[in-house]
Amino acid sequence: MSYVVLITNTGETFACGGEENVLAAMECLRRQGIPVGCRNGGCGVCKVEVLDGRFTKRKMSRAVVTAEEEARGCVLACKVYPQSDLRINVVGKMVRAIETQGKTSFVLGFTATTADSQPDTET
Amino acid sequence: MALTGVLRPGHVALRVLEMGPALKHYVDILGLTEVTRDKSGRVFLKAWDEHDHHSVVLREADEAGMDYMGWRVDSPATLKRLAADIEASGLASNLGWIPAGEHPATGERFRFTIATGHAMELFAEKDKLGNDCGTDGPDINPAPWPDNLHGIAPSRFDHCLLYGDDLDGAVKLFREVLGFSLAEQVMAGPDGSLMIAAFLTCSNKPHDVALIRQPVKGKFHHASFILGSWEQVLKAGDILSRNKVSLDIGPTRHGITRGETIYFFDPSGNRNEVFAGGYIHYPDKPTITWTEQELGPAIFYHDRKLNERFLQVFT
Repeated sequence: MSYVVLITNTGETFACGGEENVLAAMECLRRQGIPVGCRNGGCGVCKVEVLDGRFTKRKMSRAVVTAEEEARGCVLACKVYPQSDLRINVVGKMVRAIETQGKTSFVLGFTATTADSQPDTET
Repeated sequence: MALTGVLRPGHVALRVLEMGPALKHYVDILGLTEVTRDKSGRVFLKAWDEHDHHSVVLREADEAGMDYMGWRVDSPATLKRLAADIEASGLASNLGWIPAGEHPATGERFRFTIATGHAMELFAEKDKLGNDCGTDGPDINPAPWPDNLHGIAPSRFDHCLLYGDDLDGAVKLFREVLGFSLAEQVMAGPDGSLMIAAFLTCSNKPHDVALIRQPVKGKFHHASFILGSWEQVLKAGDILSRNKVSLDIGPTRHGITRGETIYFFDPSGNRNEVFAGGYIHYPDKPTITWTEQELGPAIFYHDRKLNERFLQVFT
């Protein structure tokens, strides 16, 4: 089952499976410069506020997420697994990259070869 | 014996969020051997070429990071002398003795907190389990490596890199009280007089502990394990990718220490390194200085630039 996750900071959406953590799906956006951290619940770089939606979570380090934060849905994207569509607000250190780099700063694809783009030839 | 006093990093105690995934990482993928567990659930591990009983201690906790790092000294007499010297120096806090047996197969330990907020220990006695290389008994007619290696299989726990604020106080303690030398340093500031990184050694290695100045107390950057060759570092990259381990950076080379390296994260976000190479350090080798402007190649010699994650992600 795949769900839609909306990043309220930018209005972007991405798909995330129920067995996949939100950070891993976000990394698939291939946004150059998203400074993901440890991806394993220890460093706090990927902290998000879940504004809407249901999710399951795994243990994250108390050094970076307090019990009070966790109770109100302020959690680490790398330890969050959606169980419905989610609306999230990025609040951790990666917020700068999310908000300042525009919609697509990394294009994955190949330009088709045309008659105008001949292979290099020796001259 | 020419190498005296503090001999080597003897153990690192790490906090992990969940023991099951941690053991899969440290045993199955990194390739350490589980030696024993204690009643509180701590797990004690060793790398294959370490003769001592254990070098890595894992404890399940609510926070990731490092509890303490332990140093083996050459004798009980040295342990008593250094404990007194540390106390007299005023450069450490929270001094105290931990009774023999609190770590299995280990004598009493003297624990103290250095100026960067990290707990350190000295100990003189830990049982020798051996490295399984002897063919006609332990240490008799040894083979070059044992038969039962698996995973990345580094030969030893090598060093830690730690983040903290009062670098000067910590460096002073290591150099002036514990007899370490400063193999390399990174200097910054308008006149290049502010030390922002120190690579300290008590041995022939380029570093046994490294400290970086950051406005935090007691933070852990990585624990490092040594491999025999650059090719083994590349193979470690294969093993990490096959097992979908969270990668930090590498394989690449450090300018500092010249080590060939790859960094990755355990399942609790604690950074690990496996590396090879470096150089032989002697106490009379001049200290190598790196300037702030060359920090990129100092840390990552091939990319020649620092990534944000290396500086900002720690536990």
